[in-house]
Amino acid sequence: MAQCLRQRVGLLRILSGQSCSSPSTIIFPLQQYNSSSLPSKTLFSPGRSESTVASNQLDSLSSSDSDDDHHQVLDFPGGKVGYTSEMRFIPESSEKRVPCFRVLDDNGELIKGSDFQQVSKEVAVKMYSHMVTLQVMDSVLYEAQRQGRFSFYLTTIGEEAINIGSAAALSADDFILPQYREPGVLLWRGYTLQQFANQVFANKADDGKGRQMPIHYGSKKLNYITISSPIATQLPQAVGVAYSLKMEKKDACAVAYTGDGGTSEGDFHAALNFAAVMEAPVVFICRNNGWAISTNISEQFRSDGIVVKGRAYGIRSIRVDGNDALAVYTAVQAAREMAISEKRPVLVEALTYRVGHHSTSDDSTKYRTLDEIEYWKTERSPINRFRNWVERQGWWSEQEETELRSSIKKQLLQAIQVAEKTEKPAITELFSDVYDVPPSNLAEQEKQLKEIIQTYPQDYPTDVPV
Amino acid sequence: MWGIIRQKVAAGGGSPVARIRPVVSNLRNYSSAVKQMMVREALNSALDEEMSADPKVFLMGEEVGEYQGAYKISKGLLEKYGPERVLDTPITEAGFTGIGVGAAYYGLKPVVEFMTFNFSMQAIDHIINSAAKSNYMSSGQISVPIVFRGPNGAAAGVGAQHSHCYAAWYASVPGLKVLSPYSSEDARGLLKAAIRDPDPVVFLENELLYGESFPVSAEVLDSSFCLPIGKAKIEREGKDVTITAFSKIVGLSLKAAEILAKEGISAEVINLRSIRPLDRSTINASVRKTNRLVTVEEGFPQHGVGAEICASVIEESFGYLDAPVERIAGADVPMPYAANLERMAVPQVLCFLYDSSIDGCYKFLVY
Repeated sequence: MAQCLRQRVGLLRILSGQSCSSPSTIIFPLQQYNSSSLPSKTLFSPGRSESTVASNQLDSLSSSDSDDDHHQVLDFPGGKVGYTSEMRFIPESSEKRVPCFRVLDDNGELIKGSDFQQVSKEVAVKMYSHMVTLQVMDSVLYEAQRQGRFSFYLTTIGEEAINIGSAAALSADDFILPQYREPGVLLWRGYTLQQFANQVFANKADDGKGRQMPIHYGSKKLNYITISSPIATQLPQAVGVAYSLKMEKKDACAVAYTGDGGTSEGDFHAALNFAAVMEAPVVFICRNNGWAISTNISEQFRSDGIVVKGRAYGIRSIRVDGNDALAVYTAVQAAREMAISEKRPVLVEALTYRVGHHSTSDDSTKYRTLDEIEYWKTERSPINRFRNWVERQGWWSEQEETELRSSIKKQLLQAIQVAEKTEKPAITELFSDVYDVPPSNLAEQEKQLKEIIQTYPQDYPTDVPV
Repeated sequence: MWGIIRQKVAAGGGSPVARIRPVVSNLRNYSSAVKQMMVREALNSALDEEMSADPKVFLMGEEVGEYQGAYKISKGLLEKYGPERVLDTPITEAGFTGIGVGAAYYGLKPVVEFMTFNFSMQAIDHIINSAAKSNYMSSGQISVPIVFRGPNGAAAGVGAQHSHCYAAWYASVPGLKVLSPYSSEDARGLLKAAIRDPDPVVFLENELLYGESFPVSAEVLDSSFCLPIGKAKIEREGKDVTITAFSKIVGLSLKAAEILAKEGISAEVINLRSIRPLDRSTINASVRKTNRLVTVEEGFPQHGVGAEICASVIEESFGYLDAPVERIAGADVPMPYAANLERMAVPQVLCFLYDSSIDGCYKFLVY
């Protein structure tokens, strides 16, 4: 039952915390007690202990309420609940884990009979080239950080299918609230390589005026909110955005991304609970990539991943193969439809693997094996898989691949050069945007600072514009 | 003097809130033509008028709808505006604050109510990291026109986790505006200003003031009435000492000023109204006139509002001071419950003791 999943995930270690196949899934807990604490199983029959008298009493108590229904039913706050005299605990895990929706097999062949959304050549090629662009951008910028050219970077390597597959399924009006491993969505919507470079170098041309650390980009124009470091805060915010969209009756939804670690935050609970209660059109996409820095998912939660949590909140959910771009595309498109037309939240758990380190401040070889990383990087690469499919359609070739990669790399190196040489933001940007209208104390301080700079120009760095 | 007054909420689409109830006079004199209004009604009418004027304004919080508000501040609003604009939220401060901020990101104007600001601690990440800093971090792309309001500071007999004053906490954060009304005029004018303001505003009310009545002029009752943010009000003019206070303590300070007046000391009482931005010019101008400063607050002394005011005055008006600045604050202990202990933990009635041994410094005893 968990076999296919084990293969998919690749290494037992990741599953080690899951109790899928333990005997605790047995329905009759008394048998458990018997086997551990009492001498003989046969002395007790499961479920029904002494009191046939007691259970008769119970039956007679409740039968007065609903005489047409021979199953006893009672009105509790929250709705009618059926009774049972058999003491059953809902097991902590199902015998079978929730299956994972996919459309392309490991080699990129379309599985016969799959539910999938056909994409045109144009869309497919756009999707593929964006996945490649994302990968190249990450690799080059990561190296640039290692060379000391800026302070920080984090990559999305291994999760390109989730980024681009989901982005392609959404409309430009859908409002994105990312965690931080979703630059692909911004890329898809038209954020240029130069803009990305400007942001990491925090120069004058940065849309963010150099206010934020690298990878904290955002664009109001592209409906992608500026990235905020605290984990999962974007989840309840997404519900608020969705509520606004609903009030405005827009044909759009809010889309919030989080990782597996983010689902441990209190905000995850509040957001999902609220979204269901408020009937907000929001799609929650959880990138379950196996790791939250060095915390493996078995240390993060003990549930069957995140997909099963949806039901606890009354939210429709699906588990999808995050490394299958077409499956992600299909599932997110369907989720979006449901969210908007039915005004409900939807949860999409995309299983994938974080191939890169958490960030440039992390060395993941310290807590996981090189073999594991290599396996997911090569044999389970979402890019190779999608490439196989696109090529099989006759829409892509080796030559185009080479051309694309060298072109992107060239553009990136150019963008980095330009970004590095561009001036830093002017000093006036230190004081602006704290409030809508600059307050008098800051205006005064800015004036004083400018006066001091004018008086002592030799003590002021030449490469910082005033 | 007892009187019966029928009160009407001002026009602007509001349904008349007819109240017939006895009115208790406070220390001031007022003519029978001036209306009395409770702070609770002032807040309610401000919310009502702003919601009526702007369909983007909506209210959310625990018990604000069906229950009419934990302190009845949102009474009648659910009935009038419906469940889409008055949202009863599940019990999750972090959740609904985050949701409010998200709605503000997208262009709505939420008014988020905390049952008490003590509970805002569970949401403070969203207030500071998601609301206060967003405009700056996004280089002006994301503005957050949100108001966080609720009772703040000590009530009566509610213990440590229901009595904390958060004025100093929020006022230290650039990107937030922090207001604290005293009278009904303050409540109306400042809440309207807060709702109209494009920046996130923390609006600190006081539970014990909700039931207090203050005279309000016709101008205050008008639906366009609004007070400027960042301006303090001189509640009582004086020439011998400047007393700064906000919220409930303003009332206490005015009583103290009366007592001082009998001793021949003329105290100037400043109602701060706005904790951030602090009206430093009014405070300094006053100290330059009186040459003495006493700051009074309910909150804890260390890093309190008074500390900031003292620093500001020393920096800008040092030469004008005839005596060291004095701070009066709540006791540096978590608020105890027992009534006698609670009384000792907050400034109560200010009493004056002239201590000639300290070269003419007016010393205040708090008991």
